[in-house]
Amino acid sequence: MRSATGIKRFASLLLGSVLLLLSAAVLSESNVTPGSKAAGLESCVAPTAEIRRYHMLYLTHDRDLTVRQGKRNIKYSLAECIDCHAAKDDKGEYIPVDAEGQFCESCHKYTAVEPLCFQCHRTVPEEKRSALGGVQGGAAGNRSLGLLLDDDEAPSLSAQEYARLHAIVGGED
Amino acid sequence: MNRKSDQTDATRREFIHRTLLAAGAATVAPGILLTVARAGAESEGASSDTRWGMLIDTNKCAEGCSACVDACDRENGIDLLEKPEWQSEEMWNAQRPQWIRKVKLRDRQTGEITNLPMMCQHCEFPPCVDVCPTGASFKRADGIVMVDRHICIGCRYCMMACPYKARSFVHHNVTEHTVRSPRGKGCVESCNLCAYRIDHGATTTACQDACTAEGHEAILFGDLNDPNSAVAKALKQQSSRQIRADLELNTGVRYTNV
Repeated sequence: MRSATGIKRFASLLLGSVLLLLSAAVLSESNVTPGSKAAGLESCVAPTAEIRRYHMLYLTHDRDLTVRQGKRNIKYSLAECIDCHAAKDDKGEYIPVDAEGQFCESCHKYTAVEPLCFQCHRTVPEEKRSALGGVQGGAAGNRSLGLLLDDDEAPSLSAQEYARLHAIVGGED
Repeated sequence: MNRKSDQTDATRREFIHRTLLAAGAATVAPGILLTVARAGAESEGASSDTRWGMLIDTNKCAEGCSACVDACDRENGIDLLEKPEWQSEEMWNAQRPQWIRKVKLRDRQTGEITNLPMMCQHCEFPPCVDVCPTGASFKRADGIVMVDRHICIGCRYCMMACPYKARSFVHHNVTEHTVRSPRGKGCVESCNLCAYRIDHGATTTACQDACTAEGHEAILFGDLNDPNSAVAKALKQQSSRQIRADLELNTGVRYTNV
């Protein structure tokens, strides 16, 4: 009885350390997009070990804040995960985070847990379509502003309003 | 969490530490803490102080114009949906998600034609919320009625219950997603008064912007609870109607000249 518990404990410890090593190896290959907000940070929105273990609970909690209470400046945002952790291929195109060997898939495949997030959510950062989305990178020009600032449509907001909205969305406040 | 696991609980120690700290602080200065907590709760998110709504002037709504519908499709990523190859055009148009649609009414006696945009009326007492078996269909504190797709099981009771035919169902796999309106096969959806925009500080919806850009200005969006808002002032001055007022749902979207 006692030895069985010991073996079980040892096995789970071993499993845990293998898992940690694996995820550490995956992360050390930099699954952080160069130039993203996360690239300049030592760890994610929480210490790395905490995020590895509890990210699903954090995301579930904050999604309810957003959907049901309309709180948009949440700490744990799936869209922000994608913004920082989607890698780019040789051509500079984003690779989906659930593609083989990528940020989400690498650990989730090992633990045999299928994340259902991406049935509905984006797997690569979004080129903003709405006027509220702001300009991405600046190089894309007016087209990326989408609805209200498309080349063939007159903007219906004043410059001042745009600046304010961009500041809100861009997190420059 | 598995209680038998001997892995260190990463947050337990932190939790105890904080609890002790909070308990200590609460003993020392309960007044200060209470004030801080209250200030934080009010600073963001949907508040019951506002009730978002609309006033639509059907006289200004032009026949043949679909600017609001197109703008809504683009704002909410509905235009990104693709018709499956095997499906007929007719079936696709009958079943595809549509948050706002143009309706044309004709008075049988006088022949008078009325055009109006029809969408979720954001009822105070929404039937879709009453019938939802999972709590996915809900009303936000600020009066916006919407679907929590994380919880929606796609039973479509709400589509049956809605007197305005405002809800639609996603029948097919979705390949292109947006951050503003994530959607997937098997969930119901409807107009949410551009909640993403409103939450980020915008004061207009996509359909109103499009209608104004076209020069019609038929749609007026705003806070019904704020007596100084344009929509509240207009409602006070003009005679407006709720569609199916007999159902006593107290709709947030109202119409003039119907």
